[in-house]
Amino acid sequence: MSANDIKIDHLAKLAALRLSEDEQPGVLADLRRIIAMVDAMGAVDVSGVEPLAHPLDAILAPRPDQVTEEVDRQRYQAGAPAVRDGLYIVPRAVE
Amino acid sequence: MQPFQSLRRLADGLARREWSSAELTEAALQRAKRLDGALNCFITLDEEKAMAAAERADRLLGAERATPLTGVPLAHKDIFCMEGWPTTCASAMLANFVAPYTATAMVRLEDAGSVTLGKLNMDEFAMGSSTETSHFGPTANPWCLERSPGGSSGGSAACVAAGITAAASGTDTGGSIRQPAGFCGLAGLKPTYGKVSRYGMIAFASSLDQGGVLARSAEDAALVLSYMAGFDPQDSTSSNRRDPWLEAVPQMGVGDLEDGPLTLGLVREFFAAPLVGGQLIEAARRSLEGLGLRCVELSLPHVNMAMPAYYVIAGAEASTNLARYDGVRFGHRCARPQSLADLYERSRSEGFGAEVKRRILTGTYALSAGYFDAYYIRAQKIRRLVAQDFAGAFAQADLLLAPTAPGVAFRRGQLLDDPLAMYQQDAYTIPVNLAGLPALSLPCGLQDGLPVGFQLIANHFDEKRLLRAGAALQRATDWHELRPSLSWAEAA
Repeated sequence: MSANDIKIDHLAKLAALRLSEDEQPGVLADLRRIIAMVDAMGAVDVSGVEPLAHPLDAILAPRPDQVTEEVDRQRYQAGAPAVRDGLYIVPRAVE
Repeated sequence: MQPFQSLRRLADGLARREWSSAELTEAALQRAKRLDGALNCFITLDEEKAMAAAERADRLLGAERATPLTGVPLAHKDIFCMEGWPTTCASAMLANFVAPYTATAMVRLEDAGSVTLGKLNMDEFAMGSSTETSHFGPTANPWCLERSPGGSSGGSAACVAAGITAAASGTDTGGSIRQPAGFCGLAGLKPTYGKVSRYGMIAFASSLDQGGVLARSAEDAALVLSYMAGFDPQDSTSSNRRDPWLEAVPQMGVGDLEDGPLTLGLVREFFAAPLVGGQLIEAARRSLEGLGLRCVELSLPHVNMAMPAYYVIAGAEASTNLARYDGVRFGHRCARPQSLADLYERSRSEGFGAEVKRRILTGTYALSAGYFDAYYIRAQKIRRLVAQDFAGAFAQADLLLAPTAPGVAFRRGQLLDDPLAMYQQDAYTIPVNLAGLPALSLPCGLQDGLPVGFQLIANHFDEKRLLRAGAALQRATDWHELRPSLSWAEAA
């Protein structure tokens, strides 16, 4: 792993971000420094160590499968940028 | 009405009818309006809502349902959804978002009768250590306006340090309660992961985020926590472990530190480098020794790897959590999108600031094909090693002592262009989040007129010992009584 192989265009696409040409060099330079800092992890012997996803290593308890609230569509869509007949409006995705 | 009264004193005065909630709230609003031009700690201040809540509280006072928080003005980090309130997370992305529901922690505080004055400034999406990445402009430190109050809960810290409210909520993903508390001379409590519900708290890194409190004393922080905390079926990571001690805090206070011999662990790695204000932390250590704590030196061998592991895990979780901001259901949408991809990309690029983009891209890199094992899984393995180090430390000690930050409040703008230098601010706080432990930053005096803080760290769910030790120290010392002169406000 190396900080020099960052493909900023590809990463931005994966993250659904668009970086302007002015922005790109600075972002790439910062990212290289961050990844170089993170690469220090490579020095640690982690053989036989299990990953820890939950800080208390707890297993999440599911709650009973019951309806506990009613979704008020109108209230929840009140802040949506574009809604018609209860549907979210987006640019045409299928021609 | 004098500012800087403790929460307990405000509650006593309300119970004895020395003052009404309307009077307290009016005074707090006036103070906020007078000081906020210079501080910029509020994103939203709502006089009408606050006064209405105060009048409701005044009617409740004396009734059986009244609590010590009934009628007390508080303010909340703008990361907690509150129905009908703008909830922005200090981001252009959510600048026009009005929450349609209320976070559980806030429901609990409002059900206890507390009065919400407004929503407090922060780093955008809680990503930062200076409250400078806010879309609504930076917050200033009441001790010195040219300096940062720390972050990301910098608005909360400035609000309490300036005596506007006695306490404020905050959140701590990598130090965002403790470092601003340290910079502003306050008590900052990050509870055990799972103690405070995350439901309605806008997500940054879900396995690290924890709501908590900034106040002027450990005693007041415990009082607020006693209402904020508790099991919530709406948050699957919420702990259902009962805490009878915490439930009794409103009536009994935190109580005295136990008599038995207690051991304070000094983490060797944390004191390896010279610290600004190190002699003040040493004085705090001696005071704790004076309370009967026996000091032992111990080691957390992997703690220096906490920072890289954290930036991988927090970035990965942030890139996932922030995928929801797509310009479709809520939040910012770009003008005249040409296609669905254009809608997503431009809405996100316009809505997120530079630091948020950096973290999303770091996380995307760590999660991308070919890198997942080398970064994300490796970081989680190191997370376990760090957690195991702490478990070993708590086999030798009851509490740990650590610095809160490498130095005092830095000048605004000083670190803004150097993300790695900014990340270093959290070197002493991050390991606690990786391990999900509770920790309390407390003030221990002034260095060149600026507050220095230190942390006590306890084992999981041992808030009782943590807060008792903090309160015992504050009964024996007066560092928490130090106030900023606010001479800038008198001149204004």
